[in-house]
Amino acid sequence: MLEIRWHGRGGQGAVTAAKMLAAAALRQGKQFQAFPEYGPERRGAPVQVFTRISDEPVRTFSYITEPNMIVILDPNLIGKVPVTDGLTEDGVVVANFKGTPDELRKTMGIKGRKLYTVDATGVAMRTMGRAITNTPMLGAVVRASGAVTLDQALEEVRHVFEDRFGPKVAEANVEAVKVAYEETQGE
Amino acid sequence: MATKTANRIAVTGNAGVAQAMRQIRPDVVAAYPITPQSDVVEEFSTFVAEGTVPTEFLPVESEHSALSACVGASAAGARVMTATSSQGLAYMWEVLYIAAGNRCPIVMINVNRALSAPINIHCDHSDSMGTLHSGWIQLYCKNAQEGYDSTIMAVRIAEHPDIQLPVMVCYDGFIVSHGITSLEMVDDEEVASFIGTRKPPYSLLDAEHPISMGNLAFTDYYMEVKRQQAEAMRHAPRVIQEVQEEFGKLTGRHYGMFETYRLDDADFVLVALNSTASTSEIVVDELRGKGVKAGILRPRVMRPFPWQEIAQALSRASAVAVLDRAQSPGGNGGPLAIEVRSALYELERRPRMINGIYGLGGRDILMSDIRSVYDRLQKLAEGRGPSEFEFYLGVRGD
Repeated sequence: MLEIRWHGRGGQGAVTAAKMLAAAALRQGKQFQAFPEYGPERRGAPVQVFTRISDEPVRTFSYITEPNMIVILDPNLIGKVPVTDGLTEDGVVVANFKGTPDELRKTMGIKGRKLYTVDATGVAMRTMGRAITNTPMLGAVVRASGAVTLDQALEEVRHVFEDRFGPKVAEANVEAVKVAYEETQGE
Repeated sequence: MATKTANRIAVTGNAGVAQAMRQIRPDVVAAYPITPQSDVVEEFSTFVAEGTVPTEFLPVESEHSALSACVGASAAGARVMTATSSQGLAYMWEVLYIAAGNRCPIVMINVNRALSAPINIHCDHSDSMGTLHSGWIQLYCKNAQEGYDSTIMAVRIAEHPDIQLPVMVCYDGFIVSHGITSLEMVDDEEVASFIGTRKPPYSLLDAEHPISMGNLAFTDYYMEVKRQQAEAMRHAPRVIQEVQEEFGKLTGRHYGMFETYRLDDADFVLVALNSTASTSEIVVDELRGKGVKAGILRPRVMRPFPWQEIAQALSRASAVAVLDRAQSPGGNGGPLAIEVRSALYELERRPRMINGIYGLGGRDILMSDIRSVYDRLQKLAEGRGPSEFEFYLGVRGD
């Protein structure tokens, strides 16, 4: 079972991204679950969101305390929030980070494991003109996890955003996912 | 609309239940928003606004009025639903008894949430546990699928001619209500034919057969009315099981009065409601892998409480831990423990029993917490370790 813990800040769309990944897994015929750690919903406050994807029905409802993937939507959380807590030995880190995975490794002091980076803030500014990093990071997670195909993720993003904001916003977000997917580097 | 493939959709627990309500097409829904129930009613009111359902939707000014309006509409012969949580359910308190006493088959969704004080919006079961004696049938659901399924079945149970009692469908606030999962839906037409139309034995609007409801009944008749209410509840296990069987044939999803997991040969049994029982299955699998005979019993119907069957199911165990997500301060354990322990009284050989209070106000229950309970049970059976009946799980300063 893939257990992802997303770290972001209120207003960055971590909840939406985690839910879109889960719903995309429906298109994959998989079982899934996504839910945030509900607190006082303040813009800018650190938030955690959880996604589980599995071939079997998901039976656990606990928070994810031993994730095998962590996703960091906001590079400023690094060093301020214990994002790597409980990360499994073979866990994966996917971060919104301007440098290479190797530079991230040094910054975070992570040993072993696999690291992926993408400048999600940059991608968001280029594709959408706003520093909302959730859809670019969804692209990076799809690349790093392979849990769903890029097409399934794009279909879901288009579906969710068209519903809420219309086709123009939807296409900008689709583009953000695609570009981030391409630009994600791993090592 | 939710992401959809064939008849599976990706939705939150609340959105799934709102879909069930759309398919039920109640005549009247009266509700007042409260976290974490709000989006059940929010979604449903969208269906009303779009004209998808013919429902008369009453956005009342309080929960007290919501349930009062439900009682009136139900007495008039309508199929009626409402939804609430926590303080909302508490505010409905006096009307709960009126709904049951007037034999109004209202279906209520209660998204379990802690009661104030301190103010808290998260899950525990203190809200619905406080209403155990109000005369409502109570169904407890472990996940969104069961919440959706139970909402549909509740209509049939409530309106059955031998029952005519209100039904409360409970599931965990946020944990189930706000998490997004995969839900298998029944076709609209199949739901419609499964529930049929309401055929009230009496109706306030039936001018040919005039009746009055909500009458005075003092020392002369009050007790007879209450006795009949208890009699209706006595029929409920049979009706619930009939409805569940029929639903199982339709959907392949089978429900009982309670659910067991690897219980048959279990020495150490955990009794818990809702999502926690589901989470505990993982721990049971783990322990079974190590040769520990662990099992779970999850009561699904709290009223009527199937105490004889539960006692039988637990009779083989050497030690049982009942987990309560609610307190009854000064009582002989939490509300569920009181029920289970009293059920065990009839047994000739009773298992040892302890009671863990956990998850109040949404405190997360971890696998390690559940493991610690089984550990306690093993020690108890071996005659070592703490012997106190009630203990708190995952709390500071204990």
